[in-house]
Amino acid sequence: MNPENYIIVSGLLFTIGALGVMIRRNAIVVFMSIELMLNAANLAFVSFARINGTLDGQVVAFFVMIVAAAEVVVGLAIIVTIFRTRRSASIDEPNLLKY
Amino acid sequence: MTEIGTGEAIVFWVCAVLSVTGALGLILSRRTVHSAMWLALTMISLAVLYIANAAPFLGMVQIIVYTGAVMMLFLFVLMVVGVDSSDSLVETLRGQRVAAILLAVGFGVLLTAGLGSALSGIPMVGLDAANAEYGGNVEGIARLLFSDYIIAFEIVAALLITAALGALVLTHRERWRPKLTQADLMRQRIASGAPGPLPTPGVFARHNAVDAPALLPDGTLAEQSVPAPLRARGDLRPVDIGAVEETRALTEGEAVFGPTVTPVADDPGASPGERS
Repeated sequence: MNPENYIIVSGLLFTIGALGVMIRRNAIVVFMSIELMLNAANLAFVSFARINGTLDGQVVAFFVMIVAAAEVVVGLAIIVTIFRTRRSASIDEPNLLKY
Repeated sequence: MTEIGTGEAIVFWVCAVLSVTGALGLILSRRTVHSAMWLALTMISLAVLYIANAAPFLGMVQIIVYTGAVMMLFLFVLMVVGVDSSDSLVETLRGQRVAAILLAVGFGVLLTAGLGSALSGIPMVGLDAANAEYGGNVEGIARLLFSDYIIAFEIVAALLITAALGALVLTHRERWRPKLTQADLMRQRIASGAPGPLPTPGVFARHNAVDAPALLPDGTLAEQSVPAPLRARGDLRPVDIGAVEETRALTEGEAVFGPTVTPVADDPGASPGERS
């Protein structure tokens, strides 16, 4: 087995996450797909850290996890706020800024 | 340069298949709760992949932060928003789904083929030397985090506090009317005209079957005490006139409890089915 297999799995997961963002309507599922993409990037960081023999990649992956946690907190708060006013979690609904 | 052993290869193939399955389940599930469960599977297999990939600290952080905190937060918000909020199948943009799938397949092929060919046969240095320098993986990461990356670390701390404050501000709700106290609730109940619960079947009746209507203190039937379906079918147990008289006498203090000369009211023979 070669070390690039990890990178290929990471690319596959990122692609699936991007597909989820494009085809799903539920805001929570879209958000979970974004989390999946962040995790795929983390796997690539960890694998590259091992390939290159330095720990910097792991530190960067750690930072990505922290930023993802902060993003989840704010994003879910926005979803809850929109749900309170519009009674819907669909991302097609909020079109107040359109016209 | 280090090689990847057979054990790690087995772990890789199992966890890679599991994580890709979980990711596909995430975007293909109709219900949001199932999507969250599939994502949890992906997160856990990714944690195993991190640990296999010489990152035990990140694997643990992945399990604690993602499957522990973030997925819990997702499920919590799912409960707030509504478990049954599934997707609508109506396409707002025509052909968007097909175009998205085509784009994703093209992007995936480009990404995996490009990375695979660019990285094939690349020598792997391995993290043994980097880990051994400070006595372990956690120590090495701590050394980097608190020296080279200290500014980023501080900024990230500020970001976390800002995110927590932002969530508080976003979900804060102003109270439009004053909070109801216990005294207010009591006044509402009295003003509604029905301060107590409805009479239950069998109260003031001589029979505790559910179709026996309660007798009000003046001897009339309390129709509300019988379940609505029975009321609609007219399946009320006939009430003995003697029992009514006795109840009236009891409530007006003219009689005492005990055996009377009036006919026995709780005669079980008079069930509604055999009334005709």
